[in-house]
Amino acid sequence: MKVLVAVKRVIDFNVKPRVKMDGSGVDLANVKMSMNPFDEIAVEEAIRLKEKGVATEIVAVSIGPAKAQETLRTALAMGADRAILVQTDEEVEPLAVAKILAKIAEEEQPQMVILGKQAIDDDNNATGQMLAALLGWPQGTFASKIEIADVATVTREVDGGLETVKLNLPAVVTTDLRLNEPRYASLPNIMKAKSKPLVAKSPGDYGVEVARRLETLKVVEPVKRQAGITVGSVDDLVGKLKGLGIAK
Amino acid sequence: MSVLILVEHDGKSVKDATLATVTAATKLGEVHALVAGNNADGVAQSAAKIGGVSKVYVANAPALEHQLAEAVAPLIAKLMESHDAFVAPATTTGKNIAPRVAALLDVMQISDILSVEGPDTFTRPIYAGNAVATVRSKDTKKVITVRTTAFEKAAAEGGLASVETVDWSGDPGTSSFVSLEASESERPELTSAKIIVSGGRAFGSSEQFHSLLDPLADKLGAAVGASRAAVDAGYAPNDYQVGQTGKIVAPEVYIAIGISGAIQHLAGMKDSKTIIAINKDEEAPIFQVADIGLVGDLFKIVPELTKKL
Ligand SMILES: Cc1cc2nc3c(=O)[nH]c(=O)nc-3n(C[C@H](O)[C@H](O)[C@H](O)COP(=O)(O)OP(=O)(O)OC[C@H]3O[C@@H](n4cnc5c(N)ncnc54)[C@H](O)[C@@H]3O)c2cc1C
Repeated sequence: MKVLVAVKRVIDFNVKPRVKMDGSGVDLANVKMSMNPFDEIAVEEAIRLKEKGVATEIVAVSIGPAKAQETLRTALAMGADRAILVQTDEEVEPLAVAKILAKIAEEEQPQMVILGKQAIDDDNNATGQMLAALLGWPQGTFASKIEIADVATVTREVDGGLETVKLNLPAVVTTDLRLNEPRYASLPNIMKAKSKPLVAKSPGDYGVEVARRLETLKVVEPVKRQAGITVGSVDDLVGKLKGLGIAK
Repeated sequence: MSVLILVEHDGKSVKDATLATVTAATKLGEVHALVAGNNADGVAQSAAKIGGVSKVYVANAPALEHQLAEAVAPLIAKLMESHDAFVAPATTTGKNIAPRVAALLDVMQISDILSVEGPDTFTRPIYAGNAVATVRSKDTKKVITVRTTAFEKAAAEGGLASVETVDWSGDPGTSSFVSLEASESERPELTSAKIIVSGGRAFGSSEQFHSLLDPLADKLGAAVGASRAAVDAGYAPNDYQVGQTGKIVAPEVYIAIGISGAIQHLAGMKDSKTIIAINKDEEAPIFQVADIGLVGDLFKIVPELTKKL
């Protein structure tokens, strides 16, 4: 079966984001950018499905600026077979991303689309669910385990523990952190990835309007916490806890 | 404006996350609540008592029992024909269902709101809470999830809403529930606990995590949380994880022990009223947000603290 994976280029998870002085957003100039960590997990899962003989072809898709090519090359170096870049300089919202992915899914006819559960920049946690709705497919969100036979059995990380659901194929799955540990691309694979096919498209090719539905009025830093104190001993800490009324 | 909220429940009782959701929804307009389940009339009766709710819809069907998004989302989309906004808690249930509803309605969801600034304007955290965006929605109908720690809880008793049964037989049959492996605990739930003791990678093993933290939590009547590193290493189950991608908590007191304070962890707990950190590294970033810090070896400090409380 064919598997589609969606990847987004975002601020590297190790970088502390800085809000721009003019309140227009987060400063991304000269900041290290990487593949969204949850999407790395999605790519890794697709590759493991291929290694198990379940998946036959992996198509990586990114919707974003020209530089998102690098993100797709990373996916190709990890083991994806080919890539589609839907290029736009707009900040595309999850709804429009889902619409583009739905069109690509109609063309490519994958049996599964795997996405990260959220992007660590806008933290929406919405694209996979929206895509599933648009396609009328079932969804296995926040997955920590995927097993595929004639149906997909997905274990999900939920607030009360672990929930397992069965999904008819085709299905959409979104990844949680414990699904797998993504591999690093080896140097030979990075070299090989350069010659793997990558096609460039635009949102217009899919007839999708990417104008934002949510207008950002301003972006500010959260309220800073006051500097605290350091106590010297457990006895002092117990004293403080008594002061807070949580110890007798 | 008429607002439909999703009642979070387990088939028996209404979960606390519902109450903060009601508070957020009342800032938008008249609040109606949906209980989707199977044999959920009892839950609907409890939901009718929540202060601020004027009507409760209850839909009972086998396909709704486990609130699978495939079955619940079309039901909500149908009810949205007569509502202007849909509001759900940003719990794993709400986050699973709401975006599916939004896409069915062709609306961009406003995720994890911290405040309601106006009928179409909200604030929400982005970049793991390192920035707060004010956004205005241009969609005529709104689909919203609510950060429950950012809103007071509505009163669970005292309301007198009417209860209306909705017939629903729209199971698409594409998904089914298999099992829930619930983590059993006698302790308070993380998201509603007043005190949380949370442990990190430094505990070294599941055995040490529990033998050190459990007695301390018991002494304080606290819930136990964990960093991602502690969960990944198998010291604690997944639903203990606090952070950007785990649970968002804001207790009276949060005690972080052997946790470095990565931004992804801070995202889940920095709105706690008082933060206490115990770490052997005085440079650990957790001390930058802590109100009270104690530098030292947790293997000495935690047993001594438990004894002296
Ligand atoms: C996409 C993404 C999402 C993430 N989401 C989350 C999330 O939701 N929640 C989360 O927690 N993390 C999350 N993380 C991981 C996060 O970046 C950190 O790796 C993690 O929080 C570290 O856990 P820790 O503090 O327990 O471990 P470490 O960072 O290893 O810290 C251990 C600390 O223990 C101290 N220590 C060691 N020995 C002792 C001792 N004997 N006594 C006292 N102190 C001691 C050390 O000084 C150190 O500060 C996420 C990461 C990514 C990439």
